[in-house]
Amino acid sequence: MLTHDDALEAQITQWRSWLRRRPAIRDSDVEELEGHLRDLVADLRSAGLATDEAFLVAVKRLGDLDAVSREFAREHSERLWKQLVMAKDSDGEPSRSPVRERTVVIGLAAAAAAAIKLPELFGYPHIGSGDGFFDSGTFYFPNVSFFVLPFLAGYFAWKRRLDRTGCLRLALAFAAAAIAINAFPFTAGGHTQTLAALHLPIALWLAVGIAYSGGRWFDGSRRMDFVRFSGELFIYYVLMALGGGVLTGFTAVSFAAIGVDMEWFAQQWMLPCGAMGAVIVGAWLVEAKQSVVENMAPVLTRLFTPLFAAALLALLVTMAWTGSGIDMDREMLIGFDLLLAVVLGLLLYAISARDVQAPPGTFDALQLLLVVCALVVDGVALSAIAGRISEFGLSPNRVAALGENLVLLVNLAWSAWLYARFLTGRGPFTALERWQTAYLPVYAVWAAVVVVAFPLLFGFV
Amino acid sequence: MNISKDLVAASAAPLVLAILADGDSYGYAIIKRVGELSGGHLQWTDGMLYPVLHRLERLGYVEARWAKSESGRRRRYYRITRAGRAHLKTQRRQWQVVDAALREIWMESSLVPASWWPLRQRGVGATC
Repeated sequence: MLTHDDALEAQITQWRSWLRRRPAIRDSDVEELEGHLRDLVADLRSAGLATDEAFLVAVKRLGDLDAVSREFAREHSERLWKQLVMAKDSDGEPSRSPVRERTVVIGLAAAAAAAIKLPELFGYPHIGSGDGFFDSGTFYFPNVSFFVLPFLAGYFAWKRRLDRTGCLRLALAFAAAAIAINAFPFTAGGHTQTLAALHLPIALWLAVGIAYSGGRWFDGSRRMDFVRFSGELFIYYVLMALGGGVLTGFTAVSFAAIGVDMEWFAQQWMLPCGAMGAVIVGAWLVEAKQSVVENMAPVLTRLFTPLFAAALLALLVTMAWTGSGIDMDREMLIGFDLLLAVVLGLLLYAISARDVQAPPGTFDALQLLLVVCALVVDGVALSAIAGRISEFGLSPNRVAALGENLVLLVNLAWSAWLYARFLTGRGPFTALERWQTAYLPVYAVWAAVVVVAFPLLFGFV
Repeated sequence: MNISKDLVAASAAPLVLAILADGDSYGYAIIKRVGELSGGHLQWTDGMLYPVLHRLERLGYVEARWAKSESGRRRRYYRITRAGRAHLKTQRRQWQVVDAALREIWMESSLVPASWWPLRQRGVGATC
C-alpha cells in the first residue's frame, strides 16, 4: 500500500509541476486544485478503484488543462496580459505570424518616418527650422499626431483584425480631427490654437485605444490592458529616446572629428524620423515583450507613491504651519493639474498591477493618503484660483486649466471614496478598477471639447 | 443526458451561490453537491469550477479563506456575502421567469398531441 501511495505522490508532484508551468495559474490556485484532486482520488479509491486508476480518472475529471488555464487567464485579467497563449486561442483573434508582423511594423514605422518629411515636398519648411517646433504658428505642432497616430491605430487594426466598420469609423475620426485643426481660422499662434494642438493627441489617443481593443472597447479588462500598454509604451519610448540621443550625439561628434558637418542631418532627418518611427516600434516591442518589462510601470509606481505622498504631506504641514496660502497664477494652476495627473497616473498603474483578490494592505493605505493629500492641496489651489477668475474673467487658458482640474478632481475624489470603502472592507477592489476604466473616455471627450468647442466659443483668439 | 455547454455555464454562478447560501463550503464539496442536486445529469469539468468561484469572489459575491481540513491540508472555504445573497435573489427571479415561460409553452405545444386534449388540460393542472 505504501508503494502505491509513493507512486501516487510522485504522480501528483509531476501533475503539479505541469500545472505550475502555466502563467495564468498561480500557486494558490495550484494548491486549491491539488486539494481537489486528492479528495477526488481518495473518494474514487474508497469506491474500489486502484490507486493509479483513481488518479487517471481524477485528472480526467479535472478537465483539459489548456481549457482550464484559459478560464483562469480570463478570470485573472491582469495575467491575461502575460498570457500570450491567449492570442492563439480559438476565442480571441488568431495571432499574426511573427515574421509578417515584423514586416508590417517596419513598414508602418518607415511610413510614419516618411510622413513627417512629406510636408516638405509641398513647400513647408523642414521641421525644426524657423520659429521652432512648439510655436503653434508652424504647421507641425498642431499636426504632429497625424504623422504617427494613424499608423499606430492602423497597426492595431491590422493586428486585432478590426472589422470594416471599425476601420471606417477610425478613419473618419482622424479625418474629422485633421480637418477641424487645419480648417479653423485660428489666429496664428493664438491661445485656442495652442490649446487645440496640445489636446488633440489626448483625444486621438482614444481612437488608438479603440483600435487596440479590437473594437471591444466596452470590455473593462481591455481598457485596463490599454492603460498598461500606454504606460509601457511611454517607458519604452523614453528609453529609445535616450538611446537615440546617444546615437545622435555620437554621430555628430565623430563626423565633426573628420571635419564633416552632420548636424543638419541629425536635426532634419534622424530626430524627426526617429521620433515618429520609435512610437510604432515601441508599440510593437510592448506587444511582443509584454512579459519582459511588464512590471516597469508598477515598479515605478511602488517606488514613487510613498515619495509623492511624503512630499505632499510636507507641503500641507508647512502650509498649515506658516499659514501661507498659495500664490496663484495660471502657471501655478497648470502645475496643480500636472500634480493631479501624476497622482492619478500613480493610482492607475497601482490599480492596473494589483491583484484584485489580495486583501487591503499598507500600500493601499499609502495610496489613499496620497490621493487625499492631493485633493486637499488642490482644494486650496482651486479656492485661490476662483478669486482670480472672478477678478479677471474667463480666458480660454484659464477655462481649460480649470476644466482639467475638475475632470481630474472628480476622478480622484470618487477614487478616494471607493478606496476608503475597500480599506474598511465595505466594497470590493473591482469597484475602483471599474470606475477607472469607465472614466477613461471622459479625458478624451474633454480634450475633444477643448479642440473643437473652445475655438468656436472664444472666437479663435 | 448531456446538458449543453452554454446552459452549464449560465447556471454555474446561481448554482454555486445557492449551494453556498445553505452553508460555507469548498470546491470539491460544491461539485459533489451539484452532482447530487441534478441527479448526476449536470456534469461539470471539475477544474472549471475554480475560475467561476474566483470570479464570484472578485465581484464580491463570495469571500474565501484558507483553513485546515480534517486531513490536515489547507483548504479554501467559500462563504456567500450579503451582496452575493442579493445577487442570488435577482438571479432566482430571472430563472423563475425563464422557467415559467418554458413550462407554459411546453404545456401548450406538441409534447402532448392535440388528440389528447383532456389529458393536456389535466397535465397543466398537475404541474401548476
